[in-house]
Amino acid sequence: MEGGGILTKKNPPSGGNFLTKRGKNSIVWLYYFVGKERDAYMSENIISLENISVAFDGETILDQISLDIKDGEFITLLGPSGCGKTTTLRILGGFVEPMEGRAYFDGQCINGVPAHKRQVSTIFQRYALFPHLNVYENIAFGLRVRKVPEAELCDRVEEALALVNLRGFEKRKIAALSGGQQQRVAIARAVVTRPKVLLLDEPLAALDLKLRKDMQVELKNIQQSLGITFVFVTHDQEEALSMSDRVVVMDNGKIQQIGTPQDIYNEPQNAFVADFIGESNILDGVMLRDGLCRLAGKEFVCVDGGFGENTPVDVVIRPEDIKVTAPQDGMLSGVVTGSTFKGVHYEVIVDIKGFKWMIQTTACIKEGDHIGMVIGPEDIHIMQKSEYSGMFGDYSSFSNEMDYIDDPAYDLSEEEEGTEGGEDRVD
Amino acid sequence: MTKRRGLGQRLLAAPYIVWAAIFIIVPLCMVLYYAFTDASGAFTLQNFSDISNFSHTFVLSIWLGALSTIICLVIAYPLAYIISRLSPRAQRFMMMLVMLPMWINLLLRTYALMKILEDTGLINSILEWMGLPPMHMINTQGAVVAGMVYNFIPYMILPIYNVMSRIDTPVLEASRDLGGNFWQTFRRVIFPLSLPGIVSGITMVFVPSVSTFYISTKLGGNMALVGDIIEFTFTGEANYNVGATMSLILMVMILVCMLVMNRFSDGDEEAMIV
Repeated sequence: MEGGGILTKKNPPSGGNFLTKRGKNSIVWLYYFVGKERDAYMSENIISLENISVAFDGETILDQISLDIKDGEFITLLGPSGCGKTTTLRILGGFVEPMEGRAYFDGQCINGVPAHKRQVSTIFQRYALFPHLNVYENIAFGLRVRKVPEAELCDRVEEALALVNLRGFEKRKIAALSGGQQQRVAIARAVVTRPKVLLLDEPLAALDLKLRKDMQVELKNIQQSLGITFVFVTHDQEEALSMSDRVVVMDNGKIQQIGTPQDIYNEPQNAFVADFIGESNILDGVMLRDGLCRLAGKEFVCVDGGFGENTPVDVVIRPEDIKVTAPQDGMLSGVVTGSTFKGVHYEVIVDIKGFKWMIQTTACIKEGDHIGMVIGPEDIHIMQKSEYSGMFGDYSSFSNEMDYIDDPAYDLSEEEEGTEGGEDRVD
Repeated sequence: MTKRRGLGQRLLAAPYIVWAAIFIIVPLCMVLYYAFTDASGAFTLQNFSDISNFSHTFVLSIWLGALSTIICLVIAYPLAYIISRLSPRAQRFMMMLVMLPMWINLLLRTYALMKILEDTGLINSILEWMGLPPMHMINTQGAVVAGMVYNFIPYMILPIYNVMSRIDTPVLEASRDLGGNFWQTFRRVIFPLSLPGIVSGITMVFVPSVSTFYISTKLGGNMALVGDIIEFTFTGEANYNVGATMSLILMVMILVCMLVMNRFSDGDEEAMIV
């Protein structure tokens, strides 16, 4: 232990403010991991999945999944529980063997390659730290099985500890660490072997809200400083949008949409994506011709096109894009049936011909008010009809609890993680 | 636990305390008394020098006890690991099979084993039917060891299965994920995590094996192990002093073994069976 590392000499032990700045560590790690030769491959695919299918007990978990993951990107698999995102991750980790299709890593087919021979590391849902080893030995594990010489091992463990700001915790028992500290040990243990890809299986689900927000920033920083690919699995859309370079929205064992967070939010491809990401008013509409559609009995100018003439479509209008006016000035008008103050804005439910719209507005609107709505052409988003059409209606049964009830993973993590403290999941 | 317990709670403990006093503390004191006195009740150390006649019995008892324990461990360890990785339903079923023989009295099980191992018993009948030469098994040390393994193996499987089932599958996956092959995962994760169960199992098999009687008499052709001799000194010969001395020495030896064993498991409470 006395050898220290390059890092230990450069950086005096960091204090309690371990969540924010990381200073020189990142530069040194960047040097280690990125190097010069890495730039050449930057846009290459490090992982390719081709028509992967998996079924357990006759139930299809993954249905013909194809996905390319670029070297160095932060990609998130997002979807409700049971959508197949964790299974996809386990295929990459080598814990699940696809029944059909091929997986490529760095151009090599990795079907049948056992987990211990793959150049990926996983951060497991509940960290899966070794309970009989202390912090130092947990992190050193991957190096010990690789028979890394003791001096180098010590340097690398210290570097990893510095990366996650856990220096001074070497001798601690795992059971004596908080959830956030265990999370850091799991990160250090996974990156110390210098994997090309880090797989993260809902790593933040067990942390309380505040810590989760901090760790989001922290993980993103670590990913950028290491310059390695992160494949992140979550059911929390806000987490996905704020951390990822690209988001893969999954449901029912299928990929629903792949795109940047902006794409996913602004240009959802079907009703499922529109409903899952953020709040949406999803209406039945008819595309009359390019640039003109009819919804809620009125014709609206829009910017989308290419759907043909008189084609039934799904229309998404985000609550924050609707402008509130006096009833006579609005394109549509209706009666407010509910209004909730949310801090930044009011969440208003408006009944227009039986369809309950959600509007987010800063204006103070009370239940019973008669209001008008103005929707700009660029705020009307047209989607092709899909299997999800009609499944997501209006906000007539809306309540804050609904999201929680719909999500079995939420209850699960709360019950099993009773020791982790508050579980204030907010979507 | 700093809070003083109420009278009611202490009363609830009373039956056990009385029971322990009458059937554990008092007999132990009597053992001590007989061990250090002669037939007339005068203090003597003569009993301890008399015991040296039985030194080969002690050696044989420990040897057969250790052998049975090792065989139990070799059989039980992989079995416990395999059971612990099955589905919860299959685990319950397999553990029921392990426990099943314990529902039958030890004496009956030993008699059954006698019938199986006899020169005209089940195994030899099968051998004869297959046209193979008969094997002499009954009244050998091997038969005694077989009897002890058969009778005591659940006590080895249970504690090992217990610790194994508490090893989370993700922890094993983490080891593989970090580059550990099966052997490395076993050596660095499974074995250290199951050590308390191993120590506990060894304790629970070795203690009854060393002090066993009846099994040795029935399966070993009146072979005399320490347990048998102690029984004889109290029933047949009625030489309480020698019997008590042997019991005392056996107790001390087992105690020493257990203390050594406990050092291996970091003083984990699992193994504190003594």
